Amino acid sequence: MTSIAKSKPKHLDGSEMQEARTFVGDAWRQFRKHKLAMIAVVVLLVIIVGVVVGPAIWTLDPTYIDIVAAYQISSPEHPWGTDSLGRDTLARCLQGGRVSLAIGVSAMAVAIFIGTLVGLASGYFQRADNLLMRITDIFIALPQLPLLLVLMMLFREPLKASFGPEGGVFILMVVVIGGLQWMPTARLVRGEVLSVKSREFITAANALGSLDGRIVRNHILPNVLSPVIVAATFSIASAIITESALSFLGLGFPPDFPTWGRLLFDGKDYLTITWTLVFWPGLLISLTVLCVNFVGDGLRDALDPRLRK
Amino acid sequence: MGKYIVRRLLTAIPTILVISFIIFAILELSPSDPTGNLPLTIPPEVRAKIREALGADDPFAVKYVKWLQQFFIAEPLNFIETTTGIVFPGSEERVRVISWATRGPVMDIIAERLPQTLWVVGSSYLLGVIIAVPVGIFSAYKQYSIFDQVGTFLMMIGFSVPTFFTGLMFIIIFSVNLKWFPSVYDTTHVVTDMASLQKQLNQMFMPVTVLTLYFTAQLSRYTRASTLDNLQQDYIRTARSKGLTERVVVSRHAVRNSLIPVVTLIALGIPGIFAGAIITEQIFRVNGIGQYLIIAIQGGDLPTVQTVTFIFAVLVVLFNIVADVLYGILDPRVTYT
Repeated sequence: MTSIAKSKPKHLDGSEMQEARTFVGDAWRQFRKHKLAMIAVVVLLVIIVGVVVGPAIWTLDPTYIDIVAAYQISSPEHPWGTDSLGRDTLARCLQGGRVSLAIGVSAMAVAIFIGTLVGLASGYFQRADNLLMRITDIFIALPQLPLLLVLMMLFREPLKASFGPEGGVFILMVVVIGGLQWMPTARLVRGEVLSVKSREFITAANALGSLDGRIVRNHILPNVLSPVIVAATFSIASAIITESALSFLGLGFPPDFPTWGRLLFDGKDYLTITWTLVFWPGLLISLTVLCVNFVGDGLRDALDPRLRK
Repeated sequence: MGKYIVRRLLTAIPTILVISFIIFAILELSPSDPTGNLPLTIPPEVRAKIREALGADDPFAVKYVKWLQQFFIAEPLNFIETTTGIVFPGSEERVRVISWATRGPVMDIIAERLPQTLWVVGSSYLLGVIIAVPVGIFSAYKQYSIFDQVGTFLMMIGFSVPTFFTGLMFIIIFSVNLKWFPSVYDTTHVVTDMASLQKQLNQMFMPVTVLTLYFTAQLSRYTRASTLDNLQQDYIRTARSKGLTERVVVSRHAVRNSLIPVVTLIALGIPGIFAGAIITEQIFRVNGIGQYLIIAIQGGDLPTVQTVTFIFAVLVVLFNIVADVLYGILDPRVTYT
């Protein structure tokens, strides 16, 4: 017995054996190689943790008006300076970040949900394909920014009346941005579905008598998930930019409810007096978007086995 | 090819009509009142008359058909009359698209403002293309070199940092602190001699640089990716093994092929010029089309918003066709039937 155990080849020994490789594990190993993406993840985590727990640490009230301390560039009490009413920019940036990030993520969720649904439907069900793609084409031809501005102008008041000034604008922003950003995802998913649909395992599932709903859910969706995740990441970045752009043009949230874009809009009239008012919120927008884009780049390389080196 | 273009243009008509209907229907929900900005001393009867004269109380279908007629028949006829001098019968009674704010034809104001937008935003787009294409090609050719790594990083920054932030930072640095360039674009400025040309270049510097950075980042990323794709193809190896010089391999084989999708993207991006103008014109107070749209939106000037937005949409549809046609011309593998 002992001799058999001793002669057991080394590689069968549990400690020497290689760990089973999984898709997620492979992706993570690849993702870690993308240095910029790793740095971006860290920076992004710092920003997220900052805006989530930051207000608990930096306890200055973002709405507290201290007219004596107005227009400071930087001081020990207000390291990021103050605005025209003496409100603390750091506190306002932290609070504004919550809204900006929440809008980015929620609008992405709306866009990806609609896009995946339309893409799956038009890729899988031949009869719906033509109509759905026509609708997608029309949405693509709609001029995005002008239409966003018009929609914000039109529906701000009625929604404010029913959901309150902040809630109403939030819902409107998320629906409008998401509702005008789903088209690239729909096209992407449709293309992937069309190529997955012709593979043998789908034919096999069909032969086994699986219903359409089951095939789509269990066989097609998991196979198109990778590009959707990548698209979702880039979609967060563009949603954050769009929200800031709308707020920057004065068609976003009310002035006492800061978001990064709104802070830029408020600060741009005091450029000659204090530059920190636009610098910090602008830097936060840019950093967040930059990091999200890098993470998206990293994810694209990591999730696509063909791109791995 | 001619047949294909005609067919595409014909199928674009229903798309354009649907889009115009969507835009019109959305705006119709708006509570905007053309008499809202008038003095309160005007009695309600007079207000009602003004609204009637502007056609603000007509039913939806009537307004829509009227607008279609004004935009697609009256405006083109008027354009032909003013440019060629031919007068069509009934030119006196023809009603054009009238702004609620200025009570003048919307098209005249657009024509007045178009040169500013084209000058500032158009020249940045052109500059962006001129810089981005060689940078993208070189970056791909020297993949993983210092130039490529720094370049890709800068492209990502230019791509991520929004123009409204770079614009404001430019104003802080170059206008407020260094006082080199003016932060407000003076449209009434006329170039007559060297000094005034200098002034014109000065005031164009900041908006053009900001937009050029943005356009360059987008286009060079794409050019790089496309060139990389082509450099890995078999025909490049064949070209090298035939003993062709590196110069010929790159410029004759790789670049020509990789520029096909880039040219398409450049065409697709042209309507984006006007959308990009909205924000940049707002920052530097250039009174172009984008700023006109913002003013119209804030003032509830529905005919103007409708017309400008619709023109943007038509441009998107048209340049989509242009891009597809260009693809067919440039790439012999693509055949249209």
